[in-house]
Amino acid sequence: MEFLQLLLSGLANGCVYGLVALGFVLIYKATEAVNFAQGDFMMLGAFVMVGLVNPQFLGLNFWLAVPLALLVMGVFGYLLDLAVLRFMFGQSQIAVVILTISLGFVIRFVAGLIWGHEPLNLHSPLAFGDLRLGDVVISFADISVIVVTVLMTLFLWQFFQRTKLGLAMQAASQNQMAAYYMGIPVKRVQGAVWALAGVVACVAGILYASKGTLDISAGFIGIKAFAAAVIGGFGSLPGALMGGLIVGVIEPFASRYLPAGYSQIAPYALLIIVLVFRPNGLFSQVRIKKV
Amino acid sequence: MSLLELENVTLKFGGVTAVNNLSMSVEEGEVFALVGPNGAGKSTVFNMISRFYRPFRGSIRFDGKDLLKQKPNQVSSQGIARTFQNIELFERATVLQNLLVGRHRHRKTMLLEEMLFIGRARAQERENRLAVEEVIDFLDLQAYRDQHIAGLPYGVRKVVELARALATKPRLLLLDEPASGLSVEETQDMRWWIEDIRRQMGITVLMVEHDMGLVGKVCDRVLALADGAELAQGTPAQVQAHPAVIEAYLGTSAISKTANAQGERV
Repeated sequence: MEFLQLLLSGLANGCVYGLVALGFVLIYKATEAVNFAQGDFMMLGAFVMVGLVNPQFLGLNFWLAVPLALLVMGVFGYLLDLAVLRFMFGQSQIAVVILTISLGFVIRFVAGLIWGHEPLNLHSPLAFGDLRLGDVVISFADISVIVVTVLMTLFLWQFFQRTKLGLAMQAASQNQMAAYYMGIPVKRVQGAVWALAGVVACVAGILYASKGTLDISAGFIGIKAFAAAVIGGFGSLPGALMGGLIVGVIEPFASRYLPAGYSQIAPYALLIIVLVFRPNGLFSQVRIKKV
Repeated sequence: MSLLELENVTLKFGGVTAVNNLSMSVEEGEVFALVGPNGAGKSTVFNMISRFYRPFRGSIRFDGKDLLKQKPNQVSSQGIARTFQNIELFERATVLQNLLVGRHRHRKTMLLEEMLFIGRARAQERENRLAVEEVIDFLDLQAYRDQHIAGLPYGVRKVVELARALATKPRLLLLDEPASGLSVEETQDMRWWIEDIRRQMGITVLMVEHDMGLVGKVCDRVLALADGAELAQGTPAQVQAHPAVIEAYLGTSAISKTANAQGERV
């Protein structure tokens, strides 16, 4: 029973890591740069939601605010690409990486200015109540996190398999020149990828804020999510989600069964093990070429 | 009216004139070749037609319309497809997936229909698959349909790239060195395909090629370039016999040296 309990709470945390990791991989696939502000995107998405819903701010209905927040973050991602990142076209990867790190600082600072530095709680209808199954207790928040993540995964799967835009994104990430001459407007598609990364981050943010308190340092879970993305294999969307789940599940088990303090380093220890034995990640699509 | 018309086109890279006041026209239904020593500007001409470079001066018209007004991603919807000298495929996708991307410009459905995969989206998917299967049959790629590009031999990749260009259903096909790196048998196949592409599909072909054997067999007209300017134009036999062409290929090393210094880009 204890095992199941730990597993469930780990999975719920892991879903949030997985969604943030998904954002990393989306941007990496499309632009070959790592967006280190992805965690802060999530934090911003959560605060946008708080700003729309909480009574001290706009006080809108929760279900009305969800699509609005997603829209705001999608537009944010697109405009960020249009106004900033597109000018980095052709610059070295490291320049883009440093830019995204600094973007993270800016987002944290601006969020602090708007919403303050005190921890806040999202007034979420998901945030109260538990479900009891025998000895196992699972909160509605955790259930909804898992359900929403599953739905989001199905949505993205369908999006990348079936839609013209989703396929164009994949094509542009694999070969820009060829994509141009298949009629794909590569730059606009990359803008759409940033918009999608914003939307995914917002979903992660809403879920994160439904599970507990929110402050402007929430974006630092991006570091764990980054580890999750690497464990799963950077460049693989299902890998990112699985990596997130693995990191999420390891934490509660490590803190239960290992000496105090080890739970914090457990995800990174796993990261190192994966890098040594499977440097391309557990679910990487890169295969060794036949010669 | 010619299908493709270049008029007094000039392009410079810094101080180097890559293409100098070049005029040419390709008629509907013909196979036209650009030949010349390395660095003569052949690929540069291709890259201007596909809007990768913008000429300093001159005009390029396709089917009477100004091609220079189009963006690179709009070239394909005009009915122009191309292959590349150094094969540009989607490496982590299968042959079939690569060809289906070629159908991009023919997809007309909305995002929501596609997500739900209903009605029109289904019909369209079937239509695209059918069009792609025709190309697969035409180029004998059945055996490779579900293989990833990364594991395929060079000769097959070359054919896949040709197939992807055909999947866009172009009116004009630009082939950048279709026979380079191919074996004798593969070059022979390429020759039949180019002839069939013109005859069965009615597609006009403009190609850059060094293999004069292939050029002589499939091309109606040839334009020889050196240092970005026209040397000679005519049937393959006429061009090969032209004194200026013989000199450019075999003669004075000075010409090829300056030409090599310019380098061929992309």
